Amino acid sequence: MEEKIEVDIRVPNQTRYLSLIGKIGEDMARTLKRYRGDREELAYHINLVLTEAMANVIVHANQSDPEREVHITIAIVEGVLTIRVFDEGCGFVPCLDDTLDNGNLREHGRGVYIIRSLMDSVTYQRLDGGHVLEMIKLLN
Amino acid sequence: MQLQIEEKAKVVLIAIKENRLDAHNSGELKSQLLALFEQGKNNLLIDLQEVRFVDSSGLGALVSGFKNASARSGSLKLCGLQPQVKSMFELTRLHRVFEIFASEQDALTSF
Repeated sequence: MEEKIEVDIRVPNQTRYLSLIGKIGEDMARTLKRYRGDREELAYHINLVLTEAMANVIVHANQSDPEREVHITIAIVEGVLTIRVFDEGCGFVPCLDDTLDNGNLREHGRGVYIIRSLMDSVTYQRLDGGHVLEMIKLLN
Repeated sequence: MQLQIEEKAKVVLIAIKENRLDAHNSGELKSQLLALFEQGKNNLLIDLQEVRFVDSSGLGALVSGFKNASARSGSLKLCGLQPQVKSMFELTRLHRVFEIFASEQDALTSF
């Protein structure tokens, strides 16, 4: 039977939950039955993209409002990792800062660059009442 | 954020006693570094030995410290990077910006 893992998590819109979500992503990478690459590197990368995506949503899209919620789904199905991070806010512009050409000494703007470097596909779409950032990586 | 701050001759050694340096605690690191600059401490060595995970906010706090130190004719250097943390500096090309040392001793003698 093809391995299929899906988790669906909702947490308050607060950065204190970044570590929890990152750890769940790491543990999923370590649990995979078949993965030929460097498992610890994959675990770190999943932790990182989850952290970057959630931090963007918490601070920019949901404007640091602690009453809002962040909804995350992580699925690994047939060797494809799909992470979706849903916000309830006005959105952010994930396409503006995906290069480092504008000077390497800026303090912000590396998050989306990191996500785009580590994932195979990144899209951001409008939904009813918010947006979804979808990040896909082929694992095999 | 847990930091261990120690003065070693003209250098202030800051050991970050956290597993993660991310958007949750990087603002605190930035403020602590600013407080040191305000006290006239412009040569800082940050020991990242205990940090297993760093995100773009953590890198941003270190860049902020680097720029402040340079603007005050001092310097901010790093030591004790774990392999995954080092790979973050390489991914974002910040390894070309910071002076990164394997050991605290090598870093201290470089000031």
